[in-house]
Amino acid sequence: MKSNYGKILKDGIWSNNPIFVQVLGICSTLAVTNNVKNTLIMAAGVTFATGLGSLTLSAIKDLIPRKVRMIIQVLVLSFYVILVDIVLRAYLPAVSKQLGPYVGLIITNCILMGRAEAFAAANPPIASLVDGVANGLGYGIVLTAIAVIREFLGFGSIFGMRIAGAWFTPWTIMIMAPSAFFLVALALWGAKSYTARAEARRKAAGAVRSR
Amino acid sequence: MPESPLINPLVLFFASILTSNILLSNFLGTCSFIAISKDWKSSFGLGLAVTLVIGLCAAISWAVLYLVIIPLRIEYLSFVIFIIVIAAVVQVLEMVIDRFSPSLYLSLGIFLPLITVNCAVLGAVLFMQIRKYSLIQSVAFGFGSGAGWWLAIMLLAAIRKRIENNPVPAGLKGTGITLITIGFMAMAFIGFSGMIAVQ
Repeated sequence: MKSNYGKILKDGIWSNNPIFVQVLGICSTLAVTNNVKNTLIMAAGVTFATGLGSLTLSAIKDLIPRKVRMIIQVLVLSFYVILVDIVLRAYLPAVSKQLGPYVGLIITNCILMGRAEAFAAANPPIASLVDGVANGLGYGIVLTAIAVIREFLGFGSIFGMRIAGAWFTPWTIMIMAPSAFFLVALALWGAKSYTARAEARRKAAGAVRSR
Repeated sequence: MPESPLINPLVLFFASILTSNILLSNFLGTCSFIAISKDWKSSFGLGLAVTLVIGLCAAISWAVLYLVIIPLRIEYLSFVIFIIVIAAVVQVLEMVIDRFSPSLYLSLGIFLPLITVNCAVLGAVLFMQIRKYSLIQSVAFGFGSGAGWWLAIMLLAAIRKRIENNPVPAGLKGTGITLITIGFMAMAFIGFSGMIAVQ
């Protein structure tokens, strides 16, 4: 069974990455990617909520009547998001203030509902937990990479520490909305081309072997 | 009642359509935006539905927030309550449209349930709470945000139709080129920001 969990983990992080392959959940978190620290905190929140949300929904899946499934899923997920919100408010009030409505918006992040529907509804609890965490991580890694680029080019800093010298002129566009769309598109392009090339190479290798 | 910011509701309405477009500057509702904008007609229907839902939800959530949540001191439950309000509004709207305009219901039908999990609706409600808008401002902000989303999805649907047959690198096809298009649209909308200064 262990290798199975490994596969779920790899699926979530790479081969079925929520951003590249499923194109889900871009909504609520792109807004905070002009700052690495906030992005990491958001990603952790999403991972926590997807993981435990999937675990819970998978555990109670036989008890939920089909008709009210959606609303129950949303309620369970919002419970975990409220936990995230309360913890942030208590321990990181400054960050909580900066993130503003985006913490609450984790509820409507499509990844949560997507995983609940696509995986947790048909799989045992522990596998669902792994799947949720893997998707959260896959999502977090992509967003963090985008945040590093945006914060570096936009402010000349990473984690709020100035890295570039005084000669560096910040690219104002990088802290504004359009750059996030461009960077996601570029990342998507890279990932898709890489996958396509790997696929072609595997096919070529297979053809040679079969000959 | 909290001290509301002093913004003319009309200004707020236009600002939320153009300068602080909920989709292009706050990234809200991107998922369904990308999925639906393939088709011009569906975009129109979904945009209309989203506008109605955001407007109504902003007004009702305002009432719920200041008449129920704050007097009872259950602010920690506000996310859940807002989600329930949104789901209820969507459900009621669905029944009303079904009753009075079956043809509109047929064209909107499949989109309405999806709106419950559209980030733009919850996002607008949470912005309303954080910025402490008054009732009239909330309504203006709600309908303005909805209209802004509607405008953006119509524009994108038109652009996507237009670039459908253009040669695009294989890896960029579909979502990739759409995201880049949205990026350009967002840049164009930044151009409006000198017109109205809010936030």
